[in-house]
Amino acid sequence: MLINTKFLGNIEIEEKDIISFEHGLPGFNKLNNFVLLPVEGNEALSYMQSLQETNVCFILINPFLLVEDYEIDISEDTVANLKIDKPADICLYSILTITEDIKDITANLTAPIVVNTVNNKAAQEVLNDSRYGIKYKLYREE
Amino acid sequence: MLVLARKKNESILIGEDIEIIISDISDDKVKLAIKAPKSMKVFRKELLLEIEQENKKSAESDHIDIQKLNIAIKKNI
Repeated sequence: MLINTKFLGNIEIEEKDIISFEHGLPGFNKLNNFVLLPVEGNEALSYMQSLQETNVCFILINPFLLVEDYEIDISEDTVANLKIDKPADICLYSILTITEDIKDITANLTAPIVVNTVNNKAAQEVLNDSRYGIKYKLYREE
Repeated sequence: MLVLARKKNESILIGEDIEIIISDISDDKVKLAIKAPKSMKVFRKELLLEIEQENKKSAESDHIDIQKLNIAIKKNI
């Protein structure tokens, strides 16, 4: 199917690539369907484009690249909703907040996107764990 | 909305599985102990509001300069 995207214009996607958020995301409760698209020039990143609102597209990063020993406790509720069988089936992403000054770019490690790759059910898991933070700065001064 | 007064160590029940106990009271703070099934998510409200705000901010970016982003990421890894 042909979809309109915020950053890549019109592109063709396959229906099996659609990930569904049964309850949307905090702040975007009505947006249920997204597609993950590669970001040319960086394999660690993905676009998460809404199929309902062209203007809503998140940039995601692999959180393990930021914090090597990143660990999260996924709630029983999410495990049940996404029908997760085993940890190996899930993929984790963090949403980036991109600012003009690269020193202020942050990743939300407190509320990762969890995708069950078996059925493409997804949720944004809000962790009651303040170790990592909502605004984890990407840029580290040496 | 139900409004009720409770003293220290008293509790309220919500439905059959949720109990909220007033475990301590000081000047402007109450400490609550919440007994709920593990499947029930319990959050501080402001945490959820912060996540909402951050999501909205994240979705606002209109222009993504991947090269600049790569510099920020490389500085990190």
